[in-house]
Amino acid sequence: MLTAEEWGIMLLSLKVSGIAIAATLPVAFALAWVLARGRFPGRFLLDGIVYLPLVLPPVVTGWLLLLAFGPEGPAGRFLERALGVSLMFRWTGAALAAAIMALPLMVRAIRLSIEAVDRRLEGAARTLGASPWRAFLTVTLPLSLPGVLAGAVLGFARSIGEFGATITFVSNIPGETRTLPLAIYSALQIPGSEALVTRLALISVALSLGAVILSEALARRSRMNERMGHVL
Amino acid sequence: MSFEVDIARRLGDRVISARFTADEGITALFGPSGIGKSSILTMIAGLLRPDSGRISVGGEVLFDALAGIDLPPERRRLGYVFQDGRLFPHRRVRANLLYGHDLAPPEERWMTPEEAADFLGIGHLLDRWPRSLSGGEAQRVAIGRALLSAPRFLLMDEPLSSLDLPRRDEIMTVIERIARDLKLPILYVSHDRQEIDRLADTVIALG
Repeated sequence: MLTAEEWGIMLLSLKVSGIAIAATLPVAFALAWVLARGRFPGRFLLDGIVYLPLVLPPVVTGWLLLLAFGPEGPAGRFLERALGVSLMFRWTGAALAAAIMALPLMVRAIRLSIEAVDRRLEGAARTLGASPWRAFLTVTLPLSLPGVLAGAVLGFARSIGEFGATITFVSNIPGETRTLPLAIYSALQIPGSEALVTRLALISVALSLGAVILSEALARRSRMNERMGHVL
Repeated sequence: MSFEVDIARRLGDRVISARFTADEGITALFGPSGIGKSSILTMIAGLLRPDSGRISVGGEVLFDALAGIDLPPERRRLGYVFQDGRLFPHRRVRANLLYGHDLAPPEERWMTPEEAADFLGIGHLLDRWPRSLSGGEAQRVAIGRALLSAPRFLLMDEPLSSLDLPRRDEIMTVIERIARDLKLPILYVSHDRQEIDRLADTVIALG
Protein backbone atom coordinates (compact mmCIF):
# COMPACT_ATOMS: atom_id res chain seq x y z
CA MET A 1 0.00 0.00 0.00
CA LEU A 2 2.78 2.41 0.96
CA THR A 3 5.90 2.89 -1.13
CA ALA A 4 9.35 2.32 0.31
CA GLU A 5 9.85 6.08 0.45
CA GLU A 6 6.64 6.59 2.41
CA TRP A 7 7.51 3.78 4.82
CA GLY A 8 10.91 5.35 5.37
CA ILE A 9 9.39 8.75 6.16
CA MET A 10 6.89 7.24 8.57
CA LEU A 11 9.48 5.10 10.34
CA LEU A 12 11.83 8.07 10.66
CA SER A 13 9.00 10.12 12.18
CA LEU A 14 8.16 7.33 14.62
CA LYS A 15 11.83 6.92 15.54
CA VAL A 16 12.40 10.64 16.10
CA SER A 17 9.22 11.07 18.16
CA GLY A 18 9.53 7.78 20.03
CA ILE A 19 13.09 8.46 21.16
CA ALA A 20 12.27 12.07 21.95
CA ILE A 21 9.36 11.12 24.20
CA ALA A 22 11.12 8.18 25.91
CA ALA A 23 14.12 10.36 26.74
CA THR A 24 12.02 13.34 27.83
CA LEU A 25 9.60 11.44 30.06
CA PRO A 26 11.88 11.26 33.15
CA VAL A 27 12.83 14.93 32.71
CA ALA A 28 9.18 15.91 32.31
CA PHE A 29 8.26 13.93 35.42
CA ALA A 30 11.01 15.55 37.48
CA LEU A 31 9.97 19.04 36.32
CA ALA A 32 6.29 18.27 36.95
CA TRP A 33 7.17 17.01 40.43
CA VAL A 34 9.18 20.10 41.29
CA LEU A 35 6.45 22.41 39.96
CA ALA A 36 3.67 20.49 41.74
CA ARG A 37 5.38 19.98 45.09
CA GLY A 38 8.33 22.33 45.30
CA ARG A 39 8.22 25.57 47.24
CA PHE A 40 11.26 27.60 46.31
CA PRO A 41 12.03 31.07 44.99
CA GLY A 42 12.10 31.07 41.22
CA ARG A 43 9.38 28.46 40.83
CA PHE A 44 7.31 30.83 38.72
CA LEU A 45 10.30 31.55 36.52
CA LEU A 46 10.91 27.81 36.00
CA ASP A 47 7.20 27.43 35.27
CA GLY A 48 7.47 30.10 32.60
CA ILE A 49 10.60 28.66 31.00
CA VAL A 50 9.07 25.17 30.79
CA TYR A 51 5.99 26.54 29.02
CA LEU A 52 7.98 28.84 26.72
CA PRO A 53 8.14 26.44 23.72
CA LEU A 54 4.34 26.28 23.83
CA VAL A 55 3.95 30.02 23.27
CA LEU A 56 7.05 30.96 21.26
CA PRO A 57 6.92 30.76 17.47
CA PRO A 58 8.52 27.35 16.72
CA VAL A 59 10.95 29.04 14.36
CA VAL A 60 12.30 31.04 17.28
CA THR A 61 12.70 27.86 19.37
CA GLY A 62 14.57 26.28 16.45
CA TRP A 63 16.81 29.30 16.14
CA LEU A 64 17.56 29.22 19.89
CA LEU A 65 18.46 25.53 19.55
CA LEU A 66 20.74 26.45 16.67
CA LEU A 67 22.46 29.07 18.84
CA ALA A 68 22.92 26.60 21.73
CA PHE A 69 23.74 23.39 19.84
CA GLY A 70 25.36 24.77 16.71
CA PRO A 71 29.13 24.41 16.17
CA GLU A 72 29.72 27.73 17.94
CA GLY A 73 27.06 27.22 20.64
CA PRO A 74 28.05 26.33 24.23
CA ALA A 75 26.06 23.08 24.33
CA GLY A 76 27.17 22.12 20.82
CA ARG A 77 30.84 22.69 21.61
CA PHE A 78 30.52 20.71 24.82
CA LEU A 79 28.92 17.72 23.07
CA GLU A 80 31.53 17.85 20.31
CA ARG A 81 34.43 17.97 22.75
CA ALA A 82 33.13 15.55 25.42
CA LEU A 83 31.44 12.92 23.24
CA GLY A 84 32.48 13.76 19.70
CA VAL A 85 28.78 14.13 18.85
CA SER A 86 27.07 16.79 16.79
CA LEU A 87 23.30 17.16 16.50
CA MET A 88 23.50 19.37 13.43
CA PHE A 89 21.67 17.97 10.39
CA ARG A 90 21.14 14.67 12.23
CA TRP A 91 17.98 12.86 13.24
CA THR A 92 19.12 13.19 16.86
CA GLY A 93 18.81 16.94 16.44
CA ALA A 94 15.29 16.46 15.09
CA ALA A 95 14.54 14.36 18.18
CA LEU A 96 15.85 17.15 20.43
CA ALA A 97 13.64 19.71 18.70
CA ALA A 98 10.65 17.36 18.99
CA ALA A 99 11.40 16.79 22.68
CA ILE A 100 11.64 20.50 23.49
CA MET A 101 8.36 21.20 21.71
CA ALA A 102 6.60 18.30 23.46
CA LEU A 103 7.95 19.08 26.93
CA PRO A 104 5.38 21.69 28.03
CA LEU A 105 2.43 19.47 27.17
CA MET A 106 3.97 16.52 28.98
CA VAL A 107 4.86 18.54 32.07
CA ARG A 108 1.35 19.99 32.22
CA ALA A 109 -0.42 16.61 32.05
CA ILE A 110 1.93 14.96 34.54
CA ARG A 111 1.81 17.91 36.91
CA LEU A 112 -1.99 17.84 37.03
CA SER A 113 -1.97 14.15 37.85
CA ILE A 114 0.63 14.58 40.61
CA GLU A 115 -1.42 17.42 42.09
CA ALA A 116 -4.47 15.16 42.05
CA VAL A 117 -2.79 12.51 44.21
CA ASP A 118 -4.04 12.71 47.79
CA ARG A 119 -0.87 13.44 49.75
CA ARG A 120 -2.45 12.03 52.90
CA LEU A 121 -2.15 8.59 51.28
CA GLU A 122 1.62 9.08 51.30
CA GLY A 123 1.41 9.88 55.01
CA ALA A 124 -0.56 6.68 55.56
CA ALA A 125 2.15 4.73 53.72
CA ARG A 126 4.84 6.29 55.92
CA THR A 127 3.06 5.24 59.13
CA LEU A 128 2.90 1.71 57.71
CA GLY A 129 6.68 1.59 57.47
CA ALA A 130 7.42 2.98 54.01
CA SER A 131 10.41 5.24 53.43
CA PRO A 132 9.67 8.42 51.44
CA TRP A 133 11.12 6.77 48.33
CA ARG A 134 9.01 3.63 48.74
CA ALA A 135 5.90 5.70 49.41
CA PHE A 136 6.62 7.50 46.14
CA LEU A 137 7.10 4.26 44.18
CA THR A 138 4.10 2.41 45.63
CA VAL A 139 1.57 5.22 46.09
CA THR A 140 2.33 8.47 44.26
CA LEU A 141 3.74 7.01 41.05
CA PRO A 142 1.00 4.42 40.40
CA LEU A 143 -1.74 6.95 41.23
CA SER A 144 -0.27 9.51 38.83
CA LEU A 145 0.47 6.96 36.11
CA PRO A 146 -2.62 7.69 33.97
CA GLY A 147 -1.50 11.32 33.73
CA VAL A 148 2.04 10.25 32.89
CA LEU A 149 0.76 8.07 30.06
CA ALA A 150 -1.60 10.78 28.85
CA GLY A 151 1.29 13.25 28.87
CA ALA A 152 3.46 10.87 26.90
CA VAL A 153 0.77 10.34 24.28
CA LEU A 154 0.03 14.07 23.95
CA GLY A 155 3.74 14.80 23.68
CA PHE A 156 4.08 12.11 21.06
CA ALA A 157 1.26 13.59 18.99
CA ARG A 158 2.81 17.04 19.28
CA SER A 159 6.26 15.83 18.25
CA ILE A 160 4.91 13.86 15.27
CA GLY A 161 3.56 17.18 13.97
CA GLU A 162 6.68 19.20 14.77
CA PHE A 163 7.77 21.36 11.83
CA GLY A 164 9.11 24.86 12.50
CA ALA A 165 11.75 24.20 15.13
CA THR A 166 12.95 21.09 13.30
CA ILE A 167 13.43 22.63 9.87
CA THR A 168 15.12 25.67 11.43
CA PHE A 169 17.45 23.64 13.61
CA VAL A 170 18.41 20.60 11.51
CA SER A 171 17.15 21.50 8.04
CA ASN A 172 15.21 19.16 5.73
CA ILE A 173 17.39 16.21 4.75
CA PRO A 174 15.77 13.13 3.18
CA GLY A 175 16.27 10.02 5.30
CA GLU A 176 17.84 11.98 8.16
CA THR A 177 15.64 14.88 9.29
CA ARG A 178 12.77 14.80 6.79
CA THR A 179 9.93 13.71 9.08
CA LEU A 180 6.28 13.57 7.97
CA PRO A 181 5.45 17.30 8.11
CA LEU A 182 8.72 18.19 6.40
CA ALA A 183 8.10 15.57 3.73
CA ILE A 184 4.61 16.95 3.11
CA TYR A 185 6.02 20.45 2.84
CA SER A 186 8.69 19.25 0.38
CA ALA A 187 6.19 17.32 -1.73
CA LEU A 188 3.98 20.40 -1.94
CA GLN A 189 6.85 22.23 -3.66
CA ILE A 190 6.89 19.66 -6.48
CA PRO A 191 4.09 19.93 -9.08
CA GLY A 192 2.14 16.72 -9.64
CA SER A 193 2.84 15.07 -6.30
CA GLU A 194 -0.70 15.46 -4.94
CA ALA A 195 -1.05 11.70 -4.45
CA LEU A 196 2.06 11.58 -2.25
CA VAL A 197 0.89 14.58 -0.26
CA THR A 198 -2.49 12.99 0.29
CA ARG A 199 -1.05 9.69 1.48
CA LEU A 200 1.45 11.39 3.82
CA ALA A 201 -1.31 13.59 5.18
CA LEU A 202 -3.48 10.54 5.81
CA ILE A 203 -0.62 8.86 7.70
CA SER A 204 -0.27 12.02 9.81
CA VAL A 205 -3.96 12.14 10.57
CA ALA A 206 -3.99 8.46 11.53
CA LEU A 207 -1.01 8.79 13.89
CA SER A 208 -2.25 11.99 15.55
CA LEU A 209 -5.84 10.86 15.85
CA GLY A 210 -4.74 7.55 17.34
CA ALA A 211 -2.62 9.37 19.91
CA VAL A 212 -5.38 11.79 20.89
CA ILE A 213 -7.95 9.00 21.25
CA LEU A 214 -5.51 7.03 23.40
CA SER A 215 -4.84 10.10 25.53
CA GLU A 216 -8.56 10.73 25.99
CA ALA A 217 -9.10 7.13 27.13
CA LEU A 218 -6.24 7.43 29.61
CA ALA A 219 -7.53 10.75 30.94
CA ARG A 220 -10.92 9.17 31.52
CA ARG A 221 -9.33 6.35 33.48
CA SER A 222 -7.39 8.91 35.49
CA ARG A 223 -10.58 10.74 36.44
CA MET A 224 -12.08 7.42 37.52
CA ASN A 225 -9.10 6.75 39.76
CA GLU A 226 -9.56 10.13 41.30
CA ARG A 227 -13.17 9.40 42.05
CA MET A 228 -12.15 6.10 43.60
CA GLY A 229 -9.88 7.96 45.96
CA HIS A 230 -12.62 10.27 47.14
CA VAL A 231 -15.18 7.61 47.94
CA LEU A 232 -13.63 6.85 51.31
CA MET B 1 4.31 1.03 77.86
CA SER B 2 3.92 4.67 78.67
CA PHE B 3 3.42 7.77 76.56
CA GLU B 4 5.14 10.99 77.55
CA VAL B 5 4.11 13.84 75.32
CA ASP B 6 4.97 17.51 75.69
CA ILE B 7 4.84 19.32 72.38
CA ALA B 8 3.89 22.62 70.79
CA ARG B 9 3.57 23.77 67.23
CA ARG B 10 2.39 26.95 65.58
CA LEU B 11 -0.05 26.41 62.72
CA GLY B 12 -1.05 29.69 61.11
CA ASP B 13 -1.98 31.98 63.97
CA ARG B 14 -2.85 29.18 66.40
CA VAL B 15 -0.53 27.38 68.75
CA ILE B 16 -1.32 23.73 69.21
CA SER B 17 0.13 22.23 72.32
CA ALA B 18 -0.34 19.19 74.49
CA ARG B 19 1.30 17.87 77.59
CA PHE B 20 0.30 14.56 79.06
CA THR B 21 1.45 11.12 80.12
CA ALA B 22 -0.53 7.96 79.59
CA ASP B 23 -0.19 4.26 80.31
CA GLU B 24 -1.71 1.01 79.08
CA GLY B 25 -5.23 0.75 77.71
CA ILE B 26 -7.17 3.35 75.78
CA THR B 27 -6.26 6.95 76.40
CA ALA B 28 -8.68 9.47 74.95
CA LEU B 29 -7.65 12.95 73.90
CA PHE B 30 -10.87 14.84 74.30
CA GLY B 31 -11.77 18.39 73.39
CA PRO B 32 -13.88 20.57 71.13
CA SER B 33 -13.45 20.51 67.36
CA GLY B 34 -10.70 22.72 66.01
CA ILE B 35 -8.44 22.58 69.03
CA GLY B 36 -5.83 20.56 67.15
CA LYS B 37 -6.40 17.04 68.45
CA SER B 38 -5.66 15.52 65.07
CA SER B 39 -2.52 17.64 64.70
CA ILE B 40 -1.27 16.23 67.98
CA LEU B 41 -1.66 12.70 66.66
CA THR B 42 0.11 13.58 63.41
CA MET B 43 2.97 15.02 65.46
CA ILE B 44 3.21 11.83 67.51
CA ALA B 45 3.20 9.86 64.26
CA GLY B 46 6.00 11.98 62.85
CA LEU B 47 3.96 13.35 59.95
CA LEU B 48 4.08 16.88 61.38
CA ARG B 49 7.12 18.26 63.13
CA PRO B 50 6.55 20.01 66.49
CA ASP B 51 8.34 23.33 66.98
CA SER B 52 9.43 22.30 70.43
CA GLY B 53 9.09 19.58 73.02
CA ARG B 54 9.59 15.88 73.42
CA ILE B 55 7.73 12.64 72.67
CA SER B 56 8.69 9.29 74.13
CA VAL B 57 6.83 6.01 74.01
CA GLY B 58 7.76 3.03 76.17
CA GLY B 59 11.05 4.68 77.06
CA GLU B 60 12.07 5.27 73.44
CA VAL B 61 12.46 8.89 72.42
CA LEU B 62 10.64 9.54 69.15
CA PHE B 63 11.17 13.27 69.12
CA ASP B 64 13.26 15.66 71.16
CA ALA B 65 13.68 19.17 69.84
CA LEU B 66 16.57 19.99 72.17
CA ALA B 67 18.49 16.77 71.52
CA GLY B 68 17.77 16.99 67.80
CA ILE B 69 16.00 13.62 67.71
CA ASP B 70 13.22 13.21 65.14
CA LEU B 71 12.52 9.63 64.06
CA PRO B 72 10.78 9.44 60.67
CA PRO B 73 7.25 7.93 60.77
CA GLU B 74 8.39 4.61 59.31
CA ARG B 75 10.72 4.05 62.27
CA ARG B 76 8.24 4.91 65.02
CA ARG B 77 6.50 1.51 64.86
CA LEU B 78 2.99 2.77 65.27
CA GLY B 79 -0.32 2.06 63.66
CA TYR B 80 -2.44 5.01 62.56
CA VAL B 81 -6.16 4.66 61.92
CA PHE B 82 -7.44 7.73 60.13
CA GLN B 83 -10.86 9.32 60.25
CA ASP B 84 -11.49 8.51 56.60
CA GLY B 85 -9.84 5.09 56.45
CA ARG B 86 -7.41 6.30 53.84
CA LEU B 87 -7.08 2.94 52.10
CA PHE B 88 -4.94 2.86 48.97
CA PRO B 89 -7.50 3.12 46.13
CA HIS B 90 -5.28 1.34 43.61
CA ARG B 91 -4.79 -1.79 45.73
CA ARG B 92 -7.28 -4.48 46.59
CA VAL B 93 -8.14 -5.12 50.24
CA ARG B 94 -5.58 -7.93 50.45
CA ALA B 95 -2.77 -5.72 49.13
CA ASN B 96 -3.83 -2.92 51.48
CA LEU B 97 -3.62 -5.31 54.43
CA LEU B 98 -0.23 -6.62 53.39
CA TYR B 99 1.32 -3.21 52.73
CA GLY B 100 2.68 -2.65 56.23
CA HIS B 101 2.96 -6.35 57.00
CA ASP B 102 5.45 -6.89 54.20
CA LEU B 103 7.52 -3.87 55.29
CA ALA B 104 7.76 -4.95 58.95
CA PRO B 105 10.80 -7.07 59.90
CA PRO B 106 9.56 -10.69 60.31
CA GLU B 107 10.76 -10.95 63.91
CA GLU B 108 8.66 -7.93 64.90
CA ARG B 109 5.38 -9.16 63.40
CA TRP B 110 2.91 -10.38 65.98
CA MET B 111 -0.12 -11.11 63.85
CA THR B 112 -0.57 -13.06 60.64
CA PRO B 113 -2.85 -11.81 57.84
CA GLU B 114 -5.16 -14.79 58.52
CA GLU B 115 -5.42 -13.89 62.22
CA ALA B 116 -6.16 -10.28 61.36
CA ALA B 117 -8.84 -11.27 58.84
CA ASP B 118 -10.45 -13.53 61.47
CA PHE B 119 -10.16 -11.00 64.25
CA LEU B 120 -11.85 -8.29 62.16
CA GLY B 121 -14.23 -10.51 60.16
CA ILE B 122 -12.95 -9.28 56.81
CA GLY B 123 -11.89 -12.58 55.23
CA HIS B 124 -14.64 -12.30 52.61
CA LEU B 125 -13.48 -8.84 51.49
CA LEU B 126 -9.90 -9.68 50.49
CA ASP B 127 -10.43 -9.54 46.71
CA ARG B 128 -12.55 -6.37 46.75
CA TRP B 129 -11.45 -2.84 45.81
CA PRO B 130 -11.62 -0.19 48.54
CA ARG B 131 -14.19 1.85 46.59
CA SER B 132 -16.66 -1.04 46.80
CA LEU B 133 -16.54 -1.25 50.62
CA SER B 134 -19.09 0.23 53.01
CA GLY B 135 -17.81 2.69 55.61
CA GLY B 136 -17.71 0.07 58.36
CA GLU B 137 -15.95 -2.48 56.17
CA ALA B 138 -13.39 0.09 55.04
CA GLN B 139 -12.65 1.09 58.62
CA ARG B 140 -12.16 -2.55 59.66
CA VAL B 141 -9.74 -3.04 56.77
CA ALA B 142 -7.91 0.13 57.78
CA ILE B 143 -7.61 -1.18 61.35
CA GLY B 144 -6.36 -4.51 60.02
CA ARG B 145 -3.79 -2.77 57.84
CA ALA B 146 -2.51 -0.87 60.88
CA LEU B 147 -2.41 -3.97 63.11
CA LEU B 148 -0.49 -5.98 60.51
CA SER B 149 2.32 -3.40 60.30
CA ALA B 150 3.56 -4.74 63.67
CA PRO B 151 2.91 -1.58 65.69
CA ARG B 152 3.70 -1.18 69.37
CA PHE B 153 0.78 1.20 69.80
CA LEU B 154 -2.14 2.63 67.84
CA LEU B 155 -3.18 6.19 67.11
CA MET B 156 -6.86 6.56 66.25
CA ASP B 157 -8.21 9.81 64.86
CA GLU B 158 -12.01 9.90 65.17
CA PRO B 159 -12.30 6.48 63.54
CA LEU B 160 -16.09 6.41 63.97
CA SER B 161 -17.00 9.83 62.64
CA SER B 162 -17.89 8.71 59.11
CA LEU B 163 -20.03 5.77 60.27
CA ASP B 164 -23.71 5.34 61.07
CA LEU B 165 -24.80 4.27 64.56
CA PRO B 166 -24.89 0.46 64.19
CA ARG B 167 -21.43 0.56 62.49
CA ARG B 168 -20.10 2.72 65.30
CA ASP B 169 -21.08 0.13 67.85
CA GLU B 170 -19.46 -2.60 65.77
CA ILE B 171 -16.14 -0.73 65.42
CA MET B 172 -16.16 0.26 69.11
CA THR B 173 -16.37 -3.43 69.99
CA VAL B 174 -13.37 -4.07 67.73
CA ILE B 175 -11.40 -1.29 69.43
CA GLU B 176 -12.23 -2.65 72.90
CA ARG B 177 -11.04 -6.08 71.83
CA ILE B 178 -7.78 -4.65 70.47
CA ALA B 179 -7.06 -3.07 73.86
CA ARG B 180 -8.24 -6.09 75.90
CA ASP B 181 -7.16 -9.10 73.83
CA LEU B 182 -4.16 -7.75 71.92
CA LYS B 183 -2.96 -5.54 74.82
CA LEU B 184 -2.13 -2.75 72.42
CA PRO B 185 -2.04 0.77 73.92
CA ILE B 186 -4.27 3.18 72.01
CA LEU B 187 -4.29 6.96 71.83
CA TYR B 188 -7.79 7.87 70.77
CA VAL B 189 -8.95 11.25 69.55
CA SER B 190 -12.63 12.19 69.65
CA HIS B 191 -15.00 15.05 70.34
CA ASP B 192 -17.85 12.66 71.22
CA ARG B 193 -18.45 12.29 74.93
CA GLN B 194 -20.37 9.00 74.59
CA GLU B 195 -17.58 7.31 72.65
CA ILE B 196 -15.08 8.39 75.26
CA ASP B 197 -17.21 7.29 78.19
CA ARG B 198 -17.52 3.84 76.71
CA LEU B 199 -13.96 3.32 75.44
CA ALA B 200 -11.46 5.32 77.44
CA ASP B 201 -9.52 4.10 80.45
CA THR B 202 -7.94 7.52 80.80
CA VAL B 203 -9.30 10.82 79.55
CA ILE B 204 -7.08 13.77 78.76
CA ALA B 205 -9.00 16.98 78.32
CA LEU B 206 -7.42 19.41 75.92
CA GLY B 207 -8.14 23.12 75.66
